[in-house]
Amino acid sequence: MVPGLITAALLLIFVVGCIWLWLPRHKPALDEAAQMPLDDDREEQA
Amino acid sequence: MVGVEGSYNDKVIRQFAVMTVVWGVVGMLVGVIIAAQLYWPGLDFDLPWLSYGRLRPLHTNAVIFAFGGSALFATSLYTVQRTCHVRLLSDKLASFIFWGWQLVIVAAAITLPLGLTQGKEYAELEWPIDILITIVWVAYAVLFFGTIAKRKVKHIYVANWFYGAYIITIALLHVVNNLAIPAGWFKSYSIYSGSVDAMVQWWYGHNAVGFFLTTAFLGMMYYFVPKQAGRPIYSYRLSIVHFWALIAVYMWAGPHHLQYTALPDWAQSLGMVFSLVLLAPSWGGAINGILTLSGVWYKLRTDPILKFLIVSLSFYMMSTFEGPMMSIKTVNSLSHYTDWTIGHVHSGALGWVAMISIGSIYAMLPRLLNLPKMYSIKLIDTHFWLHTIGLVVYIASMWIAGVTQGLMWRATDPENGTLVYSFVEALNATKPYYLFRLGGGLIVLSGMLVMGWNVFKTFRLAAASTAPQPLLPPDAADARA
Repeated sequence: MVPGLITAALLLIFVVGCIWLWLPRHKPALDEAAQMPLDDDREEQA
Repeated sequence: MVGVEGSYNDKVIRQFAVMTVVWGVVGMLVGVIIAAQLYWPGLDFDLPWLSYGRLRPLHTNAVIFAFGGSALFATSLYTVQRTCHVRLLSDKLASFIFWGWQLVIVAAAITLPLGLTQGKEYAELEWPIDILITIVWVAYAVLFFGTIAKRKVKHIYVANWFYGAYIITIALLHVVNNLAIPAGWFKSYSIYSGSVDAMVQWWYGHNAVGFFLTTAFLGMMYYFVPKQAGRPIYSYRLSIVHFWALIAVYMWAGPHHLQYTALPDWAQSLGMVFSLVLLAPSWGGAINGILTLSGVWYKLRTDPILKFLIVSLSFYMMSTFEGPMMSIKTVNSLSHYTDWTIGHVHSGALGWVAMISIGSIYAMLPRLLNLPKMYSIKLIDTHFWLHTIGLVVYIASMWIAGVTQGLMWRATDPENGTLVYSFVEALNATKPYYLFRLGGGLIVLSGMLVMGWNVFKTFRLAAASTAPQPLLPPDAADARA
Protein backbone atom coordinates (compact mmCIF):
# COMPACT_ATOMS: atom_id res chain seq x y z
CA MET A 1 0.00 0.00 0.00
CA VAL A 2 2.62 2.53 1.13
CA PRO A 3 5.07 1.78 -1.74
CA GLY A 4 2.16 2.15 -4.18
CA LEU A 5 1.23 5.54 -2.73
CA ILE A 6 4.86 6.69 -2.88
CA THR A 7 5.09 5.59 -6.53
CA ALA A 8 1.85 7.40 -7.36
CA ALA A 9 3.07 10.54 -5.56
CA LEU A 10 6.37 10.51 -7.44
CA LEU A 11 4.54 10.08 -10.74
CA LEU A 12 2.25 12.98 -9.85
CA ILE A 13 5.25 15.18 -8.98
CA PHE A 14 6.77 14.34 -12.37
CA VAL A 15 3.55 15.29 -14.22
CA VAL A 16 3.15 18.51 -12.21
CA GLY A 17 6.80 19.34 -12.91
CA CYS A 18 6.24 18.91 -16.66
CA ILE A 19 3.15 21.14 -16.57
CA TRP A 20 5.05 23.76 -14.55
CA LEU A 21 7.88 23.66 -17.07
CA TRP A 22 5.55 24.29 -20.00
CA LEU A 23 3.87 27.34 -18.41
CA PRO A 24 4.26 30.17 -20.96
CA ARG A 25 5.84 32.50 -18.41
CA HIS A 26 8.93 30.28 -18.20
CA LYS A 27 9.63 30.37 -21.93
CA PRO A 28 11.84 33.51 -22.07
CA ALA A 29 14.14 32.32 -19.27
CA LEU A 30 14.44 28.83 -20.78
CA ASP A 31 15.13 30.23 -24.25
CA GLU A 32 17.87 32.37 -22.74
CA ALA A 33 19.31 29.36 -20.90
CA ALA A 34 19.38 27.36 -24.13
CA GLN A 35 21.73 29.96 -25.63
CA MET A 36 24.46 29.29 -23.04
CA PRO A 37 26.67 26.99 -25.16
CA LEU A 38 26.73 29.67 -27.86
CA ASP A 39 27.70 32.55 -25.57
CA ASP A 40 31.45 32.47 -26.24
CA ASP A 41 30.96 32.31 -30.03
CA ARG A 42 28.71 35.38 -29.80
CA GLU A 43 31.35 37.13 -27.69
CA GLU A 44 33.96 36.45 -30.35
CA GLN A 45 31.69 37.75 -33.10
CA ALA A 46 30.89 40.88 -31.04
CA MET B 1 50.35 27.22 -18.96
CA VAL B 2 50.43 28.97 -15.61
CA GLY B 3 47.07 29.84 -14.11
CA VAL B 4 46.08 33.39 -15.00
CA GLU B 5 43.42 35.39 -13.19
CA GLY B 6 40.52 36.01 -15.51
CA SER B 7 41.07 33.11 -17.87
CA TYR B 8 39.94 29.49 -18.16
CA ASN B 9 42.07 26.57 -17.02
CA ASP B 10 42.46 24.86 -20.38
CA LYS B 11 45.72 23.10 -19.56
CA VAL B 12 43.99 20.17 -17.82
CA ILE B 13 41.47 19.95 -20.66
CA ARG B 14 44.19 19.76 -23.31
CA GLN B 15 45.91 17.05 -21.24
CA PHE B 16 42.76 14.97 -20.96
CA ALA B 17 41.90 15.57 -24.64
CA VAL B 18 45.28 14.24 -25.76
CA MET B 19 45.02 11.24 -23.43
CA THR B 20 41.55 10.51 -24.82
CA VAL B 21 43.16 9.88 -28.19
CA VAL B 22 46.14 8.00 -26.74
CA TRP B 23 43.98 5.68 -24.59
CA GLY B 24 41.49 5.32 -27.45
CA VAL B 25 44.25 3.91 -29.66
CA VAL B 26 45.64 1.69 -26.87
CA GLY B 27 42.23 0.39 -25.74
CA MET B 28 41.06 -0.39 -29.27
CA LEU B 29 44.42 -2.01 -30.10
CA VAL B 30 43.97 -4.40 -27.16
CA GLY B 31 40.43 -5.03 -28.47
CA VAL B 32 41.83 -5.93 -31.89
CA ILE B 33 44.41 -8.25 -30.29
CA ILE B 34 41.79 -10.20 -28.33
CA ALA B 35 39.50 -10.30 -31.38
CA ALA B 36 42.43 -11.88 -33.25
CA GLN B 37 42.96 -14.34 -30.36
CA LEU B 38 39.36 -15.50 -30.68
CA TYR B 39 40.05 -16.41 -34.32
CA TRP B 40 43.64 -17.58 -33.82
CA PRO B 41 43.79 -18.87 -30.22
CA GLY B 42 47.55 -19.48 -30.47
CA LEU B 43 48.14 -15.73 -30.43
CA ASP B 44 48.48 -15.78 -26.64
CA PHE B 45 51.83 -17.58 -27.23
CA ASP B 46 51.08 -19.62 -24.09
CA LEU B 47 52.01 -16.60 -21.98
CA PRO B 48 49.58 -16.13 -19.08
CA TRP B 49 49.71 -12.33 -19.17
CA LEU B 50 48.70 -12.37 -22.85
CA SER B 51 45.79 -14.74 -22.28
CA TYR B 52 42.32 -13.65 -23.40
CA GLY B 53 40.93 -13.80 -19.86
CA ARG B 54 43.44 -11.19 -18.68
CA LEU B 55 43.50 -8.95 -21.75
CA ARG B 56 39.73 -8.71 -22.11
CA PRO B 57 39.28 -6.74 -18.85
CA LEU B 58 42.27 -4.64 -19.86
CA HIS B 59 40.42 -3.77 -23.10
CA THR B 60 37.15 -2.91 -21.34
CA ASN B 61 38.86 -0.86 -18.63
CA ALA B 62 40.99 0.96 -21.22
CA VAL B 63 38.15 1.93 -23.52
CA ILE B 64 35.58 2.72 -20.82
CA PHE B 65 37.61 4.36 -18.05
CA ALA B 66 40.75 5.50 -19.87
CA PHE B 67 39.35 6.57 -23.26
CA GLY B 68 35.76 7.39 -22.23
CA GLY B 69 36.80 8.69 -18.81
CA SER B 70 39.43 11.05 -20.23
CA ALA B 71 36.90 12.36 -22.77
CA LEU B 72 34.43 12.98 -19.94
CA PHE B 73 36.97 14.76 -17.73
CA ALA B 74 38.00 16.95 -20.67
CA THR B 75 34.53 17.88 -21.85
CA SER B 76 32.92 18.25 -18.42
CA LEU B 77 35.65 20.60 -17.19
CA TYR B 78 35.46 22.55 -20.48
CA THR B 79 31.67 22.80 -20.33
CA VAL B 80 31.43 23.75 -16.67
CA GLN B 81 33.86 26.65 -17.13
CA ARG B 82 32.27 27.99 -20.33
CA THR B 83 28.68 27.76 -19.07
CA CYS B 84 29.47 29.11 -15.58
CA HIS B 85 31.78 31.88 -16.88
CA VAL B 86 34.43 31.07 -14.27
CA ARG B 87 37.80 29.39 -14.05
CA LEU B 88 37.93 25.96 -12.36
CA LEU B 89 37.83 26.06 -8.57
CA SER B 90 41.48 25.02 -8.19
CA ASP B 91 44.31 24.49 -10.69
CA LYS B 92 46.16 22.22 -8.27
CA LEU B 93 43.11 20.03 -7.79
CA ALA B 94 42.66 19.84 -11.56
CA SER B 95 46.27 18.74 -11.94
CA PHE B 96 45.88 16.17 -9.14
CA ILE B 97 42.83 14.70 -10.90
CA PHE B 98 44.67 14.39 -14.22
CA TRP B 99 47.75 12.69 -12.80
CA GLY B 100 45.69 10.63 -10.33
CA TRP B 101 43.51 9.26 -13.11
CA GLN B 102 46.53 8.44 -15.28
CA LEU B 103 48.02 6.58 -12.30
CA VAL B 104 44.80 4.55 -11.97
CA ILE B 105 45.01 3.62 -15.67
CA VAL B 106 48.67 2.63 -15.48
CA ALA B 107 47.96 0.56 -12.34
CA ALA B 108 45.16 -1.19 -14.24
CA ALA B 109 47.45 -1.82 -17.21
CA ILE B 110 49.98 -3.50 -14.90
CA THR B 111 47.72 -5.47 -12.55
CA LEU B 112 45.16 -6.86 -15.01
CA PRO B 113 47.67 -8.70 -17.25
CA LEU B 114 49.24 -10.04 -14.03
CA GLY B 115 45.88 -11.62 -13.23
CA LEU B 116 45.21 -9.45 -10.17
CA THR B 117 41.45 -9.02 -10.25
CA GLN B 118 38.34 -8.94 -8.09
CA GLY B 119 36.52 -10.88 -10.79
CA LYS B 120 33.70 -8.34 -11.01
CA GLU B 121 32.99 -7.18 -14.56
CA TYR B 122 33.97 -3.52 -15.11
CA ALA B 123 35.06 -3.46 -11.44
CA GLU B 124 38.06 -5.78 -11.72
CA LEU B 125 40.62 -3.53 -10.09
CA GLU B 126 41.86 -4.58 -6.65
CA TRP B 127 41.16 -2.61 -3.50
CA PRO B 128 44.23 -0.29 -3.33
CA ILE B 129 43.39 0.99 -6.83
CA ASP B 130 39.72 1.27 -5.85
CA ILE B 131 40.72 3.56 -2.98
CA LEU B 132 42.83 5.68 -5.34
CA ILE B 133 39.83 5.93 -7.71
CA THR B 134 37.66 7.06 -4.79
CA ILE B 135 40.13 9.78 -3.78
CA VAL B 136 40.45 11.08 -7.36
CA TRP B 137 36.69 10.95 -7.81
CA VAL B 138 35.98 12.93 -4.65
CA ALA B 139 38.53 15.52 -5.84
CA TYR B 140 36.70 15.63 -9.20
CA ALA B 141 33.36 16.17 -7.44
CA VAL B 142 34.83 19.00 -5.34
CA LEU B 143 36.33 20.60 -8.46
CA PHE B 144 33.17 20.29 -10.58
CA PHE B 145 30.59 21.30 -7.99
CA GLY B 146 32.92 23.91 -6.51
CA THR B 147 33.19 25.52 -9.94
CA ILE B 148 29.40 25.50 -10.25
CA ALA B 149 29.10 27.03 -6.78
CA LYS B 150 31.24 30.03 -7.76
CA ARG B 151 29.54 30.52 -11.15
CA LYS B 152 28.89 34.02 -12.41
CA VAL B 153 25.58 33.22 -14.10
CA LYS B 154 22.35 32.33 -12.35
CA HIS B 155 21.24 29.32 -14.37
CA ILE B 156 23.05 25.98 -14.31
CA TYR B 157 23.05 24.79 -17.92
CA VAL B 158 21.46 21.36 -18.43
CA ALA B 159 24.69 19.69 -19.58
CA ASN B 160 26.08 20.33 -16.09
CA TRP B 161 23.07 18.57 -14.57
CA PHE B 162 23.90 15.45 -16.57
CA TYR B 163 27.59 15.64 -15.68
CA GLY B 164 26.69 16.28 -12.01
CA ALA B 165 24.36 13.26 -11.86
CA TYR B 166 27.10 11.12 -13.39
CA ILE B 167 29.70 12.24 -10.83
CA ILE B 168 27.42 11.59 -7.84
CA THR B 169 26.10 8.26 -9.09
CA ILE B 170 29.45 6.82 -10.10
CA ALA B 171 30.77 7.62 -6.60
CA LEU B 172 27.84 5.73 -5.07
CA LEU B 173 28.12 2.75 -7.43
CA HIS B 174 31.89 2.44 -7.13
CA VAL B 175 31.94 2.50 -3.34
CA VAL B 176 29.01 0.12 -2.79
CA ASN B 177 30.04 -2.49 -5.37
CA ASN B 178 33.69 -2.54 -4.29
CA LEU B 179 33.12 -3.02 -0.56
CA ALA B 180 35.49 -5.86 0.26
CA ILE B 181 37.65 -7.38 2.96
CA PRO B 182 41.36 -7.16 2.01
CA ALA B 183 43.36 -10.37 2.32
CA GLY B 184 46.70 -8.86 1.32
CA TRP B 185 47.80 -6.01 -0.95
CA PHE B 186 46.53 -7.64 -4.12
CA LYS B 187 43.67 -9.81 -2.93
CA SER B 188 40.30 -9.09 -1.38
CA TYR B 189 36.93 -10.74 -0.91
CA SER B 190 33.62 -9.00 -1.63
CA ILE B 191 31.38 -8.49 1.39
CA TYR B 192 28.48 -9.81 -0.71
CA SER B 193 27.79 -13.40 -1.68
CA GLY B 194 25.48 -15.44 -3.86
CA SER B 195 22.51 -13.75 -5.54
CA VAL B 196 23.03 -10.58 -3.53
CA ASP B 197 26.55 -10.31 -4.93
CA ALA B 198 25.19 -10.83 -8.44
CA MET B 199 22.49 -8.21 -7.95
CA VAL B 200 24.88 -5.61 -6.48
CA GLN B 201 27.34 -6.30 -9.31
CA TRP B 202 24.71 -5.75 -12.02
CA TRP B 203 23.14 -2.83 -10.21
CA TYR B 204 26.64 -1.40 -10.55
CA GLY B 205 27.26 -2.81 -14.02
CA HIS B 206 24.13 -1.53 -15.64
CA ASN B 207 24.39 1.86 -13.96
CA ALA B 208 27.98 2.10 -15.15
CA VAL B 209 26.33 1.88 -18.58
CA GLY B 210 23.52 4.20 -17.50
CA PHE B 211 25.45 6.92 -15.75
CA PHE B 212 29.03 6.61 -17.03
CA LEU B 213 28.32 5.65 -20.64
CA THR B 214 24.98 7.41 -21.10
CA THR B 215 24.16 10.25 -18.72
CA ALA B 216 27.63 11.78 -18.86
CA PHE B 217 27.82 11.54 -22.64
CA LEU B 218 24.39 13.14 -22.85
CA GLY B 219 25.96 16.08 -21.02
CA MET B 220 28.50 16.13 -23.84
CA MET B 221 25.66 16.02 -26.37
CA TYR B 222 23.77 18.92 -24.76
CA TYR B 223 26.82 21.18 -25.03
CA PHE B 224 28.61 20.13 -28.20
CA VAL B 225 25.69 19.42 -30.57
CA PRO B 226 24.26 22.97 -30.16
CA LYS B 227 27.80 24.36 -30.25
CA GLN B 228 28.74 22.65 -33.50
CA ALA B 229 25.34 23.23 -35.11
CA GLY B 230 25.46 26.91 -34.10
CA ARG B 231 21.93 26.66 -32.75
CA PRO B 232 20.42 26.21 -29.28
CA ILE B 233 19.10 22.76 -28.34
CA TYR B 234 15.77 21.99 -30.05
CA SER B 235 13.76 22.07 -26.80
CA TYR B 236 15.30 23.15 -23.51
CA ARG B 237 12.13 22.06 -21.74
CA LEU B 238 12.47 18.56 -23.17
CA SER B 239 16.08 18.44 -21.99
CA ILE B 240 14.93 19.01 -18.39
CA VAL B 241 12.20 16.36 -18.63
CA HIS B 242 14.77 14.07 -20.27
CA PHE B 243 17.12 14.53 -17.30
CA TRP B 244 14.59 13.75 -14.56
CA ALA B 245 12.97 10.87 -16.43
CA LEU B 246 16.31 9.26 -17.22
CA ILE B 247 17.80 9.42 -13.74
CA ALA B 248 14.54 8.27 -12.14
CA VAL B 249 14.32 5.13 -14.27
CA TYR B 250 17.89 4.03 -15.04
CA MET B 251 18.74 2.94 -11.50
CA TRP B 252 16.25 0.03 -11.59
CA ALA B 253 17.14 -1.69 -14.86
CA GLY B 254 20.15 -3.74 -13.63
CA PRO B 255 18.32 -7.04 -13.02
CA HIS B 256 17.86 -7.51 -16.79
CA HIS B 257 21.48 -8.76 -16.76
CA LEU B 258 20.31 -11.65 -14.57
CA GLN B 259 17.29 -13.04 -16.42
CA TYR B 260 16.70 -16.74 -15.76
CA THR B 261 19.21 -16.86 -12.89
CA ALA B 262 18.84 -17.44 -9.14
CA LEU B 263 17.59 -13.85 -8.75
CA PRO B 264 13.94 -13.75 -7.59
CA ASP B 265 11.57 -13.77 -10.56
CA TRP B 266 9.87 -10.51 -9.52
CA ALA B 267 13.22 -8.72 -9.56
CA GLN B 268 13.91 -10.01 -13.08
CA SER B 269 10.50 -8.76 -14.25
CA LEU B 270 11.10 -5.41 -12.53
CA GLY B 271 14.38 -5.01 -14.40
CA MET B 272 12.65 -5.84 -17.68
CA VAL B 273 9.80 -3.35 -17.14
CA PHE B 274 12.11 -0.49 -16.17
CA SER B 275 14.30 -1.27 -19.18
CA LEU B 276 11.27 -0.98 -21.45
CA VAL B 277 10.22 2.32 -19.82
CA LEU B 278 13.74 3.62 -20.47
CA LEU B 279 13.02 3.73 -24.18
CA ALA B 280 10.91 6.88 -23.71
CA PRO B 281 13.50 9.21 -22.13
CA SER B 282 16.28 7.75 -24.25
CA TRP B 283 14.54 8.45 -27.53
CA GLY B 284 13.14 11.75 -26.27
CA GLY B 285 16.65 12.98 -25.53
CA ALA B 286 18.13 11.67 -28.76
CA ILE B 287 15.37 13.25 -30.85
CA ASN B 288 15.97 16.51 -28.98
CA GLY B 289 19.62 16.36 -30.05
CA ILE B 290 18.93 15.41 -33.66
CA LEU B 291 16.18 18.03 -34.16
CA THR B 292 18.67 20.70 -33.07
CA LEU B 293 19.74 20.52 -36.70
CA SER B 294 16.29 21.67 -37.87
CA GLY B 295 16.92 24.33 -40.48
CA VAL B 296 20.65 23.59 -40.75
CA TRP B 297 20.62 20.02 -42.03
CA TYR B 298 22.78 21.17 -44.95
CA LYS B 299 25.71 21.48 -42.51
CA LEU B 300 25.92 17.68 -42.43
CA ARG B 301 27.16 17.77 -46.04
CA THR B 302 30.25 19.75 -45.20
CA ASP B 303 30.94 19.28 -41.49
CA PRO B 304 32.29 15.82 -40.58
CA ILE B 305 32.37 16.80 -36.88
CA LEU B 306 28.62 17.28 -36.97
CA LYS B 307 28.33 13.95 -38.79
CA PHE B 308 30.15 12.27 -35.89
CA LEU B 309 27.80 13.92 -33.38
CA ILE B 310 24.55 13.21 -35.20
CA VAL B 311 25.42 9.66 -36.27
CA SER B 312 26.36 8.98 -32.62
CA LEU B 313 22.80 9.91 -31.70
CA SER B 314 21.48 7.54 -34.37
CA PHE B 315 23.49 4.73 -32.81
CA TYR B 316 22.27 5.83 -29.38
CA MET B 317 18.68 5.46 -30.58
CA MET B 318 19.43 2.12 -32.15
CA SER B 319 21.12 0.67 -29.07
CA THR B 320 18.50 2.09 -26.69
CA PHE B 321 15.86 0.32 -28.77
CA GLU B 322 17.87 -2.88 -28.92
CA GLY B 323 18.69 -2.88 -25.18
CA PRO B 324 15.09 -2.82 -23.91
CA MET B 325 14.16 -5.40 -26.54
CA MET B 326 16.94 -7.71 -25.33
CA SER B 327 15.76 -7.25 -21.74
CA ILE B 328 12.40 -8.86 -22.58
CA LYS B 329 12.66 -12.31 -21.05
CA THR B 330 11.70 -14.26 -24.16
CA VAL B 331 14.16 -12.31 -26.32
CA ASN B 332 16.79 -12.58 -23.59
CA SER B 333 16.46 -16.36 -23.59
CA LEU B 334 17.76 -16.25 -27.17
CA SER B 335 20.27 -13.43 -26.91
CA HIS B 336 21.89 -13.85 -23.50
CA TYR B 337 25.44 -15.24 -23.35
CA THR B 338 25.71 -14.98 -27.16
CA ASP B 339 27.70 -12.60 -29.36
CA TRP B 340 24.52 -10.60 -29.94
CA THR B 341 25.27 -8.99 -26.56
CA ILE B 342 28.78 -8.15 -27.79
CA GLY B 343 27.27 -6.58 -30.92
CA HIS B 344 24.83 -4.56 -28.80
CA VAL B 345 27.56 -3.34 -26.46
CA HIS B 346 29.75 -2.20 -29.36
CA SER B 347 26.83 -0.49 -31.08
CA GLY B 348 26.54 1.56 -27.88
CA ALA B 349 30.25 1.89 -27.10
CA LEU B 350 31.70 2.50 -30.57
CA GLY B 351 28.56 4.00 -32.09
CA TRP B 352 27.28 6.25 -29.34
CA VAL B 353 30.08 6.77 -26.79
CA ALA B 354 33.11 6.81 -29.09
CA MET B 355 31.48 8.86 -31.85
CA ILE B 356 30.11 11.56 -29.53
CA SER B 357 33.52 11.68 -27.78
CA ILE B 358 35.49 11.88 -31.01
CA GLY B 359 33.15 14.54 -32.42
CA SER B 360 33.37 16.58 -29.22
CA ILE B 361 37.18 16.37 -29.09
CA TYR B 362 37.38 17.51 -32.74
CA ALA B 363 34.97 20.36 -31.93
CA MET B 364 36.78 21.38 -28.74
CA LEU B 365 40.44 21.08 -29.67
CA PRO B 366 40.74 24.01 -32.12
CA ARG B 367 38.94 26.23 -29.61
CA LEU B 368 41.38 25.13 -26.90
CA LEU B 369 44.31 25.96 -29.16
CA ASN B 370 42.99 29.29 -30.52
CA LEU B 371 42.82 27.82 -34.01
CA PRO B 372 39.96 28.26 -36.48
CA LYS B 373 39.81 24.52 -37.21
CA MET B 374 41.61 21.19 -36.98
CA TYR B 375 44.71 20.60 -39.14
CA SER B 376 42.70 18.65 -41.72
CA ILE B 377 38.90 18.53 -42.14
CA LYS B 378 39.37 15.91 -44.86
CA LEU B 379 41.10 13.60 -42.38
CA ILE B 380 38.14 14.03 -39.99
CA ASP B 381 35.87 12.94 -42.83
CA THR B 382 38.15 9.97 -43.54
CA HIS B 383 38.01 9.07 -39.84
CA PHE B 384 34.22 9.33 -39.87
CA TRP B 385 33.87 6.87 -42.74
CA LEU B 386 36.50 4.46 -41.39
CA HIS B 387 34.78 4.46 -37.99
CA THR B 388 31.28 4.05 -39.40
CA ILE B 389 32.16 1.29 -41.88
CA GLY B 390 34.30 -0.59 -39.33
CA LEU B 391 31.54 -0.35 -36.77
CA VAL B 392 28.82 -1.62 -39.10
CA VAL B 393 31.00 -4.59 -40.12
CA TYR B 394 31.66 -5.31 -36.44
CA ILE B 395 28.10 -5.19 -35.15
CA ALA B 396 26.53 -6.92 -38.17
CA SER B 397 28.94 -9.86 -37.81
CA MET B 398 28.21 -10.11 -34.09
CA TRP B 399 24.46 -9.97 -34.65
CA ILE B 400 24.63 -12.85 -37.12
CA ALA B 401 27.02 -14.83 -34.90
CA GLY B 402 24.87 -14.19 -31.82
CA VAL B 403 21.55 -15.22 -33.35
CA THR B 404 23.22 -18.28 -34.86
CA GLN B 405 24.59 -19.28 -31.44
CA GLY B 406 21.25 -18.66 -29.70
CA LEU B 407 19.34 -20.77 -32.22
CA MET B 408 21.86 -23.62 -32.21
CA TRP B 409 22.12 -23.75 -28.41
CA ARG B 410 18.35 -23.99 -27.94
CA ALA B 411 17.65 -26.45 -30.76
CA THR B 412 16.33 -29.74 -29.35
CA ASP B 413 15.32 -32.98 -30.98
CA PRO B 414 11.50 -33.21 -30.76
CA GLU B 415 11.74 -37.01 -30.59
CA ASN B 416 13.74 -37.27 -27.38
CA GLY B 417 14.43 -33.71 -26.16
CA THR B 418 18.21 -33.94 -26.53
CA LEU B 419 20.29 -31.06 -27.84
CA VAL B 420 20.72 -31.08 -31.62
CA TYR B 421 24.12 -29.36 -31.63
CA SER B 422 27.17 -29.66 -29.42
CA PHE B 423 28.83 -26.44 -28.21
CA VAL B 424 31.76 -26.87 -30.55
CA GLU B 425 29.43 -27.12 -33.57
CA ALA B 426 27.96 -23.71 -32.66
CA LEU B 427 31.49 -22.37 -32.22
CA ASN B 428 32.48 -23.61 -35.67
CA ALA B 429 29.38 -22.03 -37.20
CA THR B 430 30.26 -18.62 -35.79
CA LYS B 431 34.00 -18.69 -36.44
CA PRO B 432 33.90 -16.91 -39.84
CA TYR B 433 32.11 -13.96 -38.25
CA TYR B 434 34.97 -13.58 -35.78
CA LEU B 435 37.20 -12.79 -38.75
CA PHE B 436 34.74 -10.13 -39.94
CA ARG B 437 34.67 -8.71 -36.41
CA LEU B 438 38.45 -8.51 -36.40
CA GLY B 439 38.34 -6.71 -39.76
CA GLY B 440 35.76 -4.23 -38.47
CA GLY B 441 37.83 -3.58 -35.36
CA LEU B 442 40.96 -3.00 -37.45
CA ILE B 443 39.13 -0.43 -39.59
CA VAL B 444 37.91 1.40 -36.46
CA LEU B 445 41.45 1.33 -35.01
CA SER B 446 42.88 2.73 -38.26
CA GLY B 447 40.41 5.61 -37.92
CA MET B 448 41.73 6.34 -34.42
CA LEU B 449 45.28 6.41 -35.79
CA VAL B 450 44.13 8.96 -38.40
CA MET B 451 42.71 11.00 -35.53
CA GLY B 452 46.01 10.72 -33.64
CA TRP B 453 47.90 12.09 -36.64
CA ASN B 454 45.37 14.93 -37.12
CA VAL B 455 45.56 15.88 -33.43
CA PHE B 456 49.37 15.78 -33.48
CA LYS B 457 49.52 18.07 -36.54
CA THR B 458 46.94 20.41 -34.99
CA PHE B 459 49.09 20.77 -31.87
CA ARG B 460 52.11 21.48 -34.10
CA LEU B 461 50.11 24.23 -35.82
CA ALA B 462 49.15 25.69 -32.48
CA ALA B 463 52.56 25.62 -30.86
CA ALA B 464 52.66 29.41 -30.57
CA SER B 465 49.01 30.16 -29.92
CA THR B 466 48.02 28.59 -26.62
CA ALA B 467 47.47 31.90 -24.89
CA PRO B 468 45.00 31.82 -21.97
CA GLN B 469 41.41 32.46 -23.01
CA PRO B 470 39.57 35.23 -21.15
CA LEU B 471 36.51 34.49 -19.05
CA LEU B 472 33.11 35.48 -20.36
CA PRO B 473 31.47 38.42 -18.59
CA PRO B 474 29.32 37.46 -15.57
CA ASP B 475 26.08 37.64 -17.49
CA ALA B 476 26.26 36.98 -21.20
CA ALA B 477 22.83 38.57 -21.71
CA ASP B 478 24.28 41.90 -20.55
CA ALA B 479 27.25 41.46 -22.82
CA ARG B 480 25.04 40.96 -25.85
CA ALA B 481 22.86 43.99 -25.09
